[in-house]
Amino acid sequence: MKTLESILSVHPFFVNLESKYMALITGCASNVRFEAGEFIHRQGEEANSFCIIRQGKVALQVCPPHKNPVTVQTVSDGEILGWAWLVPPYHWQFDAQAVELTRAIVLDGKCLRNKCNEDHTLGYELLSRLLPIVGQTMEATRIQLLDLYGARS
Amino acid sequence: MTPSLYTVKKKIAESHDTFSLDLAPRDGSPLITFQPGQFNMLYAFGVGEVPISISGPAPGTSGLIHTIREVGNVTRALHQLKKGATLGLRGPFGSSWPIEEARGKDVVIIAGGIGLAPLRPVIYKLLEQRNQFGNIALLYGTREPNDLLFTKEFEIWRGKYGIQVKITVDTADSNWRGNVGVVTTSIARVSFEPAHTIAMICGPEIMMRYAVLEMKRRGVSEDHIYMTMERNMKCAIGFCGHCQFGPAFICKDGPVFRYDKVKHFFGIREI
Repeated sequence: MKTLESILSVHPFFVNLESKYMALITGCASNVRFEAGEFIHRQGEEANSFCIIRQGKVALQVCPPHKNPVTVQTVSDGEILGWAWLVPPYHWQFDAQAVELTRAIVLDGKCLRNKCNEDHTLGYELLSRLLPIVGQTMEATRIQLLDLYGARS
Repeated sequence: MTPSLYTVKKKIAESHDTFSLDLAPRDGSPLITFQPGQFNMLYAFGVGEVPISISGPAPGTSGLIHTIREVGNVTRALHQLKKGATLGLRGPFGSSWPIEEARGKDVVIIAGGIGLAPLRPVIYKLLEQRNQFGNIALLYGTREPNDLLFTKEFEIWRGKYGIQVKITVDTADSNWRGNVGVVTTSIARVSFEPAHTIAMICGPEIMMRYAVLEMKRRGVSEDHIYMTMERNMKCAIGFCGHCQFGPAFICKDGPVFRYDKVKHFFGIREI
């Protein structure tokens, strides 16, 4: 059976991270499982953790007033769910709901945040790995805004 | 320039605004042969002519399928045709997808909206000779789930032929169990060997621009990326100049182009 450290150390997000940091991060990690339909976090709640999805799919939803929830993005196998834990004011901006049975590794973001404040090298490492994800999300959002597929019929 | 007469053998509703016409020559002559990616000019009598890519053969049809989105007068007139109706057809015209070049390589097919229609004949060709190609991935995006085309075929392509099929929509309500996000985000979710991959992209031009960027970012070289261009087309034989794209005519030199051949004109506002 694979250990958490062996899984995390080969994940693209953590690859080539110093072993002392890997050990620290593994200490903040645990396996979780979300049933289909289960909410992982809700908009406005404190963002004190983040997940690496091992298997499954999570929908990021926003609920416009007087309307049904709208899914704006899904996160699936191998992807990172959530970066609000490292960006003030540390609150979730969307609801996250498991679309299907989802297995993930959850990391204690609050603990890692404090460690980053104490050790700026760790902070730099994590931010430099998180920034491309934020950038890709922003690029995807901009493309979504273009409404690529032409006039609504 | 004179259209041949064809009969509507079958009309298939593909989505809320898109349909397919299964056509056969009215005089019973053999079906025209075509290469995947080519198009025909379909003529709705008294209304006008439009270029429509060939999207068949498909199972259970006579073999000459055109998938059409109802967006203007001519396509609306085509939509009103019933089984047994007659229309005019000229073609096939244009260049085709590089199936021979893809032999022995991985193939990534990226489609947006109705862009899946001109790519479906490629998929059928690849499936006919599945063992002659490496990994095959189909990445398909639409605005909403009810815009998706050919949904019944996805499971067959995935289950029977081992194609990596990633479907995504730009937005959905909570009833949708699939992926949400732009089609370019699906590229990271499929496996292929960038140095030995042929990419075939068809969809709105803006989508193709970002799809090309992402494929290049993954290491696919420009001369391995193919796409279809679209401009207002009239004669379909390179006479009228309506579909000029830089030094090329889409009808005659395209619609399928290799990216490195057109990249200097791609994305220029005036072109």
